[in-house]
Amino acid sequence: MFTMKRTGILPGFGLTLGYTLTYLSLIVLLPLSALALKASGTSAQKFLSIVTEPRVINAFQLSFEASLIAASINAVMGTLVAWVLVRHPLPLRSLFDALVDLPFALPTAVAGIALTALTSQDGIVTRLVGVRLAFTQAGIVVALSFIGLPFVVRSVQPAVESIPEHLEEAAAILGASRTQTLYRVLLPRLWPAVLTGFAVAFARGLGEYGSVVFISGNMPNKTEIVPLLIVTRLEQYDYQAAATVAALLLTLSFLSLFAINLLQNRLSARST
Amino acid sequence: MAGAINHRALHARVRPGAHGKLSHVVTVVALTYLAVLILGPLGVVFGSALSKGIGPYFAALTQPDALSAMWLTIVTALVAVPTNLLFGVTAAWLLSKYDFPFKTLLTTLIDLPFSVSPVVSGLVFVLLFGRSGWFGPFLERFSIHIIFAWPGIVLATCFVTFPIVVRELLSLMQAQGSAEEEAALTLGASGLAIFFRVTLPKIRWALLYGVVLCNARAMGEFGAVSVVSGHIRGETNTLPLHVEVLYDEYQFVGAFAAASVLTLLGLLTLGAKKLLEWQLVRTTMPTGAIVALSTTATEAGQ
Repeated sequence: MFTMKRTGILPGFGLTLGYTLTYLSLIVLLPLSALALKASGTSAQKFLSIVTEPRVINAFQLSFEASLIAASINAVMGTLVAWVLVRHPLPLRSLFDALVDLPFALPTAVAGIALTALTSQDGIVTRLVGVRLAFTQAGIVVALSFIGLPFVVRSVQPAVESIPEHLEEAAAILGASRTQTLYRVLLPRLWPAVLTGFAVAFARGLGEYGSVVFISGNMPNKTEIVPLLIVTRLEQYDYQAAATVAALLLTLSFLSLFAINLLQNRLSARST
Repeated sequence: MAGAINHRALHARVRPGAHGKLSHVVTVVALTYLAVLILGPLGVVFGSALSKGIGPYFAALTQPDALSAMWLTIVTALVAVPTNLLFGVTAAWLLSKYDFPFKTLLTTLIDLPFSVSPVVSGLVFVLLFGRSGWFGPFLERFSIHIIFAWPGIVLATCFVTFPIVVRELLSLMQAQGSAEEEAALTLGASGLAIFFRVTLPKIRWALLYGVVLCNARAMGEFGAVSVVSGHIRGETNTLPLHVEVLYDEYQFVGAFAAASVLTLLGLLTLGAKKLLEWQLVRTTMPTGAIVALSTTATEAGQ
């Protein structure tokens, strides 16, 4: 038996470590390694032929663009919502605050059919806006904006709370205009939190399935997102292609999270 | 010179939250966006579910397929939530009470399922247990079915809800430290006594919070479960999958009726969440560490 160097005098180290590692391996690591092995079993030639298929390229492009647009919308609107919830004396404030979490709590399939009903041919939003959003790429952005909102709000809220109001007052006394205060006092303090929310919303959008699958219409090359393509390949019993596309999706989303993380580190290093 | 500053004007200029035209515009825009995006879907779910009246609504909810979907959803949560609760407490104890090599790596691995697409979370189990998966042929020989059957649904649900309880517990337990547990230890308490009589009372609200969130995700999961379920009516459809099946068959009243049950569950979750957050702030903010230390430690040592 090997002994592990550890600190902490409480009993139960061996037991909790053993149980945690066993359960983690069975539920998470073993299944994920099945995916990694299946995908790495693809020969380079087969891999290229799978990922250079126009339908796959189009799906990846759509997934990234829609997630990027939706995360940007959320970065702006979520920051506004967070600001208003913290700073504005509102009646029913805690009700509005609780509503922000609804996309977390509402099953994605429910969100999907509800948003589709709102934006389809005879939906209320269609009648108000005059354009049918459902079954178009814009519909996908609508669904992802719904799903991603709480991530930005919950990330930015503490940052707004941490900005003392006298800071803005000091800026004004020193002669700053309100735009100057916004750009030079407030935004530098909010950026890292906004970016964190943006990153999580973006990553969630890349993988999102339930809310998108109803509203998108699922037309190959037009409104087919990557997760749907994986399901399609699976239903055709093409496990190899499904695993390869899934592994590529995982890798690309980790890489983009990593890139956003780097950017965030640089920003917070500058603002402190 | 300071007296020359017009305080009211300054106030109006620097406190966009309280005065000023711009701040009103911002408030109206933000709240309208929130209301449309959030209340719209809520309204449409109940509106469509009840569009043919209360009779068809309850008829849709009491048809055998709907009842079996609800039952499967409840069973899934009844297995997945306690399993992940046990794991969550164990892992949070491990990560908050000891320092050991590769601890950061372990924490990252535990969080991994959060960054995996739901569809991929289902796919990995198909690759393991599907007919042409790793263990597929072996299981086939004993006619054990995991994919397109309830065990696959439970496994996929365990995967997607894996990090939830740990995450809710870990930050609190790290902030609380181990001083009280160590005091109990010096007074002769056993490991289990320390956990149940010292730690558990301190973390119970966070624990319940984790359970509420885990349960909501377990009952509402769609993508992962959809991949492993096979959509066999009356057998492997959970409530979210039942919504999909009816919706695809243009049975909108039935689909939205089932969706309204899930929406009520979501609203209940939000309510419980709010209540627990309030409890958490109330009970953990004024730590009163020294008082708590002396009382819990003596109780544990009895």
